[in-house]
Amino acid sequence: MSRRWTDWVYFFFLLLLSLLFLAPVFIVLMNSFKGRFYISDAPFRLPTPETFVGMDNYTGGIAKTGFWNAFGYSLFITVCSVLIIVLLTAMTAWFLSRVHAWYTSVLYYAFAFSMIVPFQMVMFPLSKIANLLRLDNPVGILFIYLGFGAGLSVFLFCGFVRSVPLSVEEAAVIDNCGPIQTFFLIVFPILRPTAVTVAILNTMWIWNDYLLPYLVIGSQYRTIPIAVQYLRGGYGAQDMGAMMAMLVLAILPVVIFYLGCQRYIIRGVVAGAVKE
Amino acid sequence: MEKSLKRYFILFAVPTLAAFLAAFVLPFLLGVYLSFTQFTTVTNARWVGIENYLRVFSENAEFLRALGFTALFTLTSVIVINVLAFLLALLLTRSIPGTNLFRTVFLLPNLIGGIVLGYIWQVIINGALYPMGKTLTASASYGFWGLVILMGWQMTGYMMIIYIAGLQNIPGDVMEAAAIDGASPSQTLFRVTIPMVMPSITICTFLTLTNSFKLFDQNLALTAGAPSRKTSMLALDIYNTFYGRTGYEGVGQAKAVLFFLMVGAIALIQLSLTRSREVES
Repeated sequence: MSRRWTDWVYFFFLLLLSLLFLAPVFIVLMNSFKGRFYISDAPFRLPTPETFVGMDNYTGGIAKTGFWNAFGYSLFITVCSVLIIVLLTAMTAWFLSRVHAWYTSVLYYAFAFSMIVPFQMVMFPLSKIANLLRLDNPVGILFIYLGFGAGLSVFLFCGFVRSVPLSVEEAAVIDNCGPIQTFFLIVFPILRPTAVTVAILNTMWIWNDYLLPYLVIGSQYRTIPIAVQYLRGGYGAQDMGAMMAMLVLAILPVVIFYLGCQRYIIRGVVAGAVKE
Repeated sequence: MEKSLKRYFILFAVPTLAAFLAAFVLPFLLGVYLSFTQFTTVTNARWVGIENYLRVFSENAEFLRALGFTALFTLTSVIVINVLAFLLALLLTRSIPGTNLFRTVFLLPNLIGGIVLGYIWQVIINGALYPMGKTLTASASYGFWGLVILMGWQMTGYMMIIYIAGLQNIPGDVMEAAAIDGASPSQTLFRVTIPMVMPSITICTFLTLTNSFKLFDQNLALTAGAPSRKTSMLALDIYNTFYGRTGYEGVGQAKAVLFFLMVGAIALIQLSLTRSREVES
């Protein structure tokens, strides 16, 4: 296929733009190897033998923020919440779609309604209720994420369940499958593409979430965003070197996740956007 | 099946429902109630009627200032992001080498969390302003444009993906017909392409609209409202009203209810626009 010269002009324009898009990440990476006093003044200058400090910012930052603990909490909360949300909201969505009663449609609209409510609306009462119910720990917060994430997930699953022909499930009933067997052997495997979408969307939300975990468990347990915000400290007293190193460590898992699941992520964000 | 499934209500629906009640329904109803009371903890609430709502507007102009800043920021970022994303999507649906790689690069910032994004841009913008002897918090307009750049960097790739999906859904024969009828490139764009991707334009407009309107993490990390709360958006203003000083919890909750009503209104407009198009087609 021969290409017109305008396509090459566009190509170089896109190349330039994508370098510009990547530049912020590289600037942070570059500065994470510079001494803390050489960053704010000249973030665009490459490290010199005089300003280069090796891994000092990393060791210092990790010690200051307890980064490995933060990474552990973030990983535990994200992975467990997502598994719980995917399984339980799929079950709920199937139930709501297949049982035709007044309460199932009320519940469906309640879940849909919750999607438009901004977090600030429930922020204060939620943190008090979490305290009262002893949910203010890394296990309790899983329950909160299930409740707060249920809206979008149930909504996405319901949209898909409706397109699954009933005849498949009826065949399972004839073969003496109960609801539990029917769900796990027949329905859930069919729902897998939506399950991946729901998992991706919730992973991106929970991994990056700051305010909810900060208010509910932040005084004792720091996730990665809380650890980064914690480094800010008093105004002006910020350790810029440690901050750069922490930013790199915060971005790294996201990039790995992105490169590993790119296809699903792109499909997921499109599906999530259309349903919102 | 329906009858036997009904008996499994406890297994299939109750776990999600219990969490939904505790994490959403209860806090939501309590939030509405608390906005009409004076309280410092939930247990000592005292009914004061609409006093909190009056205080939102009478005591100082912070809420209205935040609303103005938020509205202006939202408008700017919606336009900037959508124009840029649409142009990129047009380029990336042509036969240009490396389109997949470019798509990957442009979407990457969308996956990075708001707090991290805020600090990345704080360093870069401060570094760019340093030769002039200024910082990001020297003037509210620096904070404003800083937020626009940050949001552009974060959301353009996401919107681009949705526009690409929309453009790829245009049937090939429509484009062929336009070419056979001798439509010029600009006629094709404005009379064929743009009308055909109107659903994507609606989705992207409202996604950027609500995301910009509800922005919190990025605002907190980039400027935290400095200088003197001039770059505080609504969500941050509500947060500061709650946790900045005691005695204002009721006012904060009243602001939160107003904020919810505004976000809800945007969602309703979107719903009615989408519905009316479904009827047409």
